[in-house]
Amino acid sequence: MPKRIDIKTILVIGSGPIVIGQAAEFDYAGTQACLALREEGYRVILVNSNPATIMTDTEIADKVYMEPLTVEFISRIIRKERPDALLPTLGGQTALNLAVELSDSGVLDECGVEILGTKLSAIQQAEDRDLFRTLMNELGEPVPDSDIVHNLDEAKAFVEKIGYPVIVRPAFTLGGTGGGICHNDEELKEIVTSGLKYSPVTQCLLEKSIAGFKEIEYEVMRDANDHAIVVCNMENIDPVGIHTGDSIVVAPSQTLSDREYQMLRNCSLKIIRALGIEGGCNVQLALDPHSYQYYIIEVNPRVSRSSALASKATGYPIAKLAAKIAVGLSLDEMLNPVTGTSYACFEPALDYVVTKIPRWPFDKFESAKRNLGTQMKATGEIMAIGRTIEESLLKAVRSLENDVYHLELEDADTFSDEWMERRIRKAGDERLFYIGEALRRGTTVEQIHDWSQIDLFFLHKMENIIRFEEKIASSRDYDVVKKAKRLGFSDKTIAKLWNCSEKEVYEWRCKRDIVPVYKMVDTCAAEFESVTPYFYGTYEDENESIVSDRKKVVVLGSGPIRIGQGVEFDYATVHSVWAIKEAGYEAIIVNNNPETVSTDFSISDKLYFEPLTIEDVMHIIDLEKPEGVVVQFGGQTAINLADKLVERGVTILGTSLEDLDRAENRDHFEQTLQELDIPQPEGKTATSTEQALVIADSIEYPVLVRPSYVLGGRAMEIVYRAEELQQYMTSAVKASPDHPVLIDRYLTGKEIEVDAICDGENVLIPGIMEHIERAGVHSGDSIAVYPPQSLSQQHIDQLALYTERLARGLNIKGLINIQYVISKGEIFVLEVNPRSSRTVPFLSKITGVPMANLATKAILGATLPSLGYGTGLVQPGPGVFVKVPVFSFAKLRRVDITLGPEMKSTGEVMGRDATFEKALYKGLVAAGVSIKNHGSVLLTVADKDKPEAASIAKRFHTLGYKILATEGTASALNELGVPFEVVNKIGQGEKTLLDLIQAGEIQLVINTLTKGKQPARDGFRIRRESVENSIPCLTSLDTAEAMVRVFESMDFEMDPMAGQAKETTQL
Amino acid sequence: MKRQLILEDGTVFIGEGFGSDIETVGEVVFNTGMTGYQEILSDPSYCGQMVTLTYPLIGNYGINRDDFESIQPSIKALIVREASDMPSNFRSELTIDELLKEKNIPGLSGIDTRKLTRMIRQHGTLKGRLTSMDAEVNEVVESLQHVVLSTDQVQQVSTPTPYPSPGRGKRVVLVDFGMKHGILRELNQRDCDVVVVPYNTTVSSILALHPDGVMLSNGPGDPKDVSEAIDMVRELLGKVPVFGICLGHQLFALACGADTFKLKFGHRGSNHPVKEITTGKVAITAQNHGYTVDPASLENTPLHITHVALNDGTVEGLRHDKVPAFTVQYHPEASPGPEDANDLFDQFITMMEQFLKEEVAHA
Ligand SMILES: Nc1ncnc2c1ncn2[C@@H]1O[C@H](COP(=O)(O)OP(=O)(O)O)[C@@H](O)[C@H]1O
Ligand SMILES: Nc1ncnc2c1ncn2[C@@H]1O[C@H](COP(=O)(O)OP(=O)(O)O)[C@@H](O)[C@H]1O
Ligand SMILES: [Mg+2]
Ligand SMILES: [Mg+2]
Repeated sequence: MPKRIDIKTILVIGSGPIVIGQAAEFDYAGTQACLALREEGYRVILVNSNPATIMTDTEIADKVYMEPLTVEFISRIIRKERPDALLPTLGGQTALNLAVELSDSGVLDECGVEILGTKLSAIQQAEDRDLFRTLMNELGEPVPDSDIVHNLDEAKAFVEKIGYPVIVRPAFTLGGTGGGICHNDEELKEIVTSGLKYSPVTQCLLEKSIAGFKEIEYEVMRDANDHAIVVCNMENIDPVGIHTGDSIVVAPSQTLSDREYQMLRNCSLKIIRALGIEGGCNVQLALDPHSYQYYIIEVNPRVSRSSALASKATGYPIAKLAAKIAVGLSLDEMLNPVTGTSYACFEPALDYVVTKIPRWPFDKFESAKRNLGTQMKATGEIMAIGRTIEESLLKAVRSLENDVYHLELEDADTFSDEWMERRIRKAGDERLFYIGEALRRGTTVEQIHDWSQIDLFFLHKMENIIRFEEKIASSRDYDVVKKAKRLGFSDKTIAKLWNCSEKEVYEWRCKRDIVPVYKMVDTCAAEFESVTPYFYGTYEDENESIVSDRKKVVVLGSGPIRIGQGVEFDYATVHSVWAIKEAGYEAIIVNNNPETVSTDFSISDKLYFEPLTIEDVMHIIDLEKPEGVVVQFGGQTAINLADKLVERGVTILGTSLEDLDRAENRDHFEQTLQELDIPQPEGKTATSTEQALVIADSIEYPVLVRPSYVLGGRAMEIVYRAEELQQYMTSAVKASPDHPVLIDRYLTGKEIEVDAICDGENVLIPGIMEHIERAGVHSGDSIAVYPPQSLSQQHIDQLALYTERLARGLNIKGLINIQYVISKGEIFVLEVNPRSSRTVPFLSKITGVPMANLATKAILGATLPSLGYGTGLVQPGPGVFVKVPVFSFAKLRRVDITLGPEMKSTGEVMGRDATFEKALYKGLVAAGVSIKNHGSVLLTVADKDKPEAASIAKRFHTLGYKILATEGTASALNELGVPFEVVNKIGQGEKTLLDLIQAGEIQLVINTLTKGKQPARDGFRIRRESVENSIPCLTSLDTAEAMVRVFESMDFEMDPMAGQAKETTQL
Repeated sequence: MKRQLILEDGTVFIGEGFGSDIETVGEVVFNTGMTGYQEILSDPSYCGQMVTLTYPLIGNYGINRDDFESIQPSIKALIVREASDMPSNFRSELTIDELLKEKNIPGLSGIDTRKLTRMIRQHGTLKGRLTSMDAEVNEVVESLQHVVLSTDQVQQVSTPTPYPSPGRGKRVVLVDFGMKHGILRELNQRDCDVVVVPYNTTVSSILALHPDGVMLSNGPGDPKDVSEAIDMVRELLGKVPVFGICLGHQLFALACGADTFKLKFGHRGSNHPVKEITTGKVAITAQNHGYTVDPASLENTPLHITHVALNDGTVEGLRHDKVPAFTVQYHPEASPGPEDANDLFDQFITMMEQFLKEEVAHA
């Protein structure tokens, strides 16, 4: 069927900010889709609020709107742009839900906008658990016993019938938000209540638990001509009961015979035909390990995390083809882009094993519940490819960048057997490693299977790995090492077993020619000649990666998405690759994140899908012999490899290792700043608690403490008193000569962030960003404003001056990111990152300076003037832009949401408009902060904050809000004569503020961190309660002040005639 | 124990032997299916061939009692990257190693099967010898260049005597050229009253069974090697509805005056798209054939093409213009592979019913 010619303009909805359950995979899908539609000659209009994405680049769509993803704003775009059609199936759950709301609102009919791809009715039928169940019953496809409930009593009634355990799944939510498995009445109450809250239609599905079944996914596609194919099937190593997004997954399925495979294939295709899917679709099934009995878990009628994984696992570009299907093309008339000769209407054949392991944020959130269930908690994932399960699994493990290179944990010997059993029975992020340790201790695979329900097949493979450790330890013989590498053992692990250095192992191998070859991912198991430059390394005979005679540059990617290192770094990586190509070099990328654009094989000249460890990277360099390696766009991941690369004689392009070190190494940095005469908060390094206390006294409290070399401000705290410091030093960090603790004077003041490009001589500063939250709130968690609203010209000049001095002083070739604090009128440098930063995409988009591109050209030797972008500070154009952080607290039970020096946000959105207030309003709305311009505000703040809080309360009151406060805070309000109502603290009387929050009688909570045990704990409960009830809770008065400003700007004054003001407000 | 696979072009693959340790010579072919190794190794169409599977992990779900496509596997050897000795599946009864030992078939594991596959893709199917490490490579290569592979595979795998597989429905005579059990299963599922007969059964003895239809099975090797069958098919046409699969399809073409030739490396896998010309519908099919019908040779025959391979345009289906007979090159009985084309068996049933009605009418 030829493509539609009756439509010209297509509106594509993106997925918005990155949150747990909806990450970079939709930047990949969206980008592919937009490019595919333009390739077919359509005019593409994109709306997405997430600035950190490739898809929001102006090159990707004909028009890009960075506006809040709400019916209100999108309707305005629709009325303005009058698109002929809307494509909602590539922007995740967000876009799907919006499509439904938009159509309900009537705007689509009003403007004659057609929905492309899968029809709305089908979407609803798949998403609405009830409609879906009905369809399954019609098709005779099995679903577990279940019932739709709208309240707790209905839930209880259901359990009466089928008994525990049951699982709760809210309708229309992301990544299982609010869901879970209940074994008893308390759990039922807790989970059902929260589930109903999170479901936009207050509807939950209660279902008989089938935990323990094999969880199998089929990624399928269908076109309007009813061609339906399976792109890839996947088997979760973690059985049903753990969210697929939190499961270790292999592709293709390993333990299914052809009968089972075809049975589930038939079922999946039958379902997408019945639904009338037009595009990509994900079918999740549960299969009884002991029979042919299976159940349908769910169907996602859109591209998803799994389809991104399937695309990278097979090479088959699902999103691209889904977009083309949406405009009428059929699978049999599109060529398979990978082979270029065969057609897209076929089913990829793999000749390797793919393993995906999620990346969880628990390293940052020590307090969070680490165990895994039906609600997703991972922020990102990595993928590895190998020719055996063992190789694939171990490559995946070392791709995680969790300081693990093998199936082992630090100080594992200290764990009791009981503890190990518990951690294996109840899945957590580290289960895989506990299993490794258990096997090492001789626990049988049957025993572990009994605890975990993990299929014996996978456990045997893990056992193979563990068993082979002894062999390696006991000999340095060629065959053993070769076998070890074929089993995926890292040099680090072998080195440990040999007790020698990793480098020695590497050299020992290379001398004996035990090195990997690179095989192509070609969708067809080598049946057809393929053209894709997409490779993975393995220890086999034939190398397929033909080295060209062009000059090459290797770019290291940023690995899995995690808090502190998000999609921003993939953005920079991709732009660097493009720039390298423009400059006429062959651009080679190494990365292991299946969700991202950078690992789309059509981006670079060559893609190596490999772990980002020195061993794996060096093998690629040995083969390709590039001019050098670019490390400054891959975040800390790439930077951290720099010294090892140099040690092995590799050229780092851009800022040199010495200079990187001068910025990153504490002492060298101090020196540099002194030489450059730029002030820095007074600070010292302590290697013991005693020393720390002395230092703190000398530089005066409050101080900011942290372990050296950390990413995302990990384990960083502001400490006000000696006792706190004592406590931090003993509990939070283990200070020692090789793990020093940094103690800085904590300066209160405005935080400023600046990014600049330097060619070694000239410096270009695209812009200066001012933070709304004062220093002390991590730069990644504060609202950033461009251009600065409250800085004096003199300060701006000074900042530009310092920035240029730093860039030159550090001999930066490429990008530099600096954070300053302005305290009592004086500017101090907080931190310098000699690399691309979180703010690069934001700044690039709003200033029009292609930062990563220019930086790369500079790295390759061009001078800034020659690139035509001038030097110095770029003068801001019209408009105000804010970057608002987005958090995933709802997904992370027990995490304290208080903003501090440790980064907690998972994503960001942008708000832009003519004035600061309007821009911020958009930013907040885009970030999902539910803004009500009336209602009740609850204040309960620390003593030091009370006066400031009171004045903010006064302004809320003037706007007509009702003010609620706890005693202490109340007295402060009294002084300002703000009318208020006292509410009971926790444990004070029957109806406490918690009840009010639950009852939904409060629209906004303002709470700041109070030290001291009891209040601290109460504060924590208040904040969590707000999160669970999705009520905005502000923990920084700066944010509160900004929000009040927004309301004021939206509001008309309501004051009585002069003189009467006081009395009337008293009423 | 280490063993080596020596190819006629002199390439040597050294790996671990498993299964039986006998010496063997054969034509090396590859199959890209990711599941279904038990069905593949027991598919008689592979008679005389050493099969390498492109999916690296073979034997994961073991060997069960249900999934055999013949009782006596007739492949010459199985070549894999890894043969699992710890299978896991509720139906598993043997490891693949145990099965091959029992059936006296040699296996080779641990080699770069992707390299082997790429060689076959580039040079076409190659003759090879699987042998012990002390074999002298040059000698083996020398001898390989002269060996003529057997041409009587059909005779080797066809049933020596007829046998019934009763049912209450249509009477189908199924001519066994190396039949996969899947075909019998599909007919029985449709209540057919099946009689399986040897490949060289005469027309008269077939008709003596009063069939409502005749089914020509799949089978190994070059269709031109079974001339007696070609004549048999020619005489059958018009007298009774005919449905053929794979080799049966090629014999049908030859019987109608068309020609066949050998493909460079054949079609073997579970992901082959086939387009039905009239409807434009594409089905994903299981295939296993080294020979194909030459479309040019259909010129002045009573045949027309009903299906083509989407990727290389080869002939995948034929229908007779005048008499009730149609055939396909691929495997509608699947096992292993997708069941998209399963309805062809229903079409066969309908064709038989049609034919009966017409007979009644003419009578
Ligand atoms: N009936 C059930 N019993 C036990 N676990 C289940 C059941 N249904 C789903 N799950 C688990 O919950 C996870 C999330 O469920 P799913 O319906 O896929 O929600 P989501 O929309 O968040 O993906 C699944 O991946 C599966 O592991
Ligand atoms: N001396 C200080 N005074 C006040 N705030 C500070 C100081 N040092 C760091 N901070 C705050 O802590 C945050 C994180 O510190 P930073 O050094 O930038 O760590 P990271 O490497 O995580 O970016 C900064 O964004 C800033 O808000
Ligand atoms: Mg799911
Ligand atoms: Mg910082």
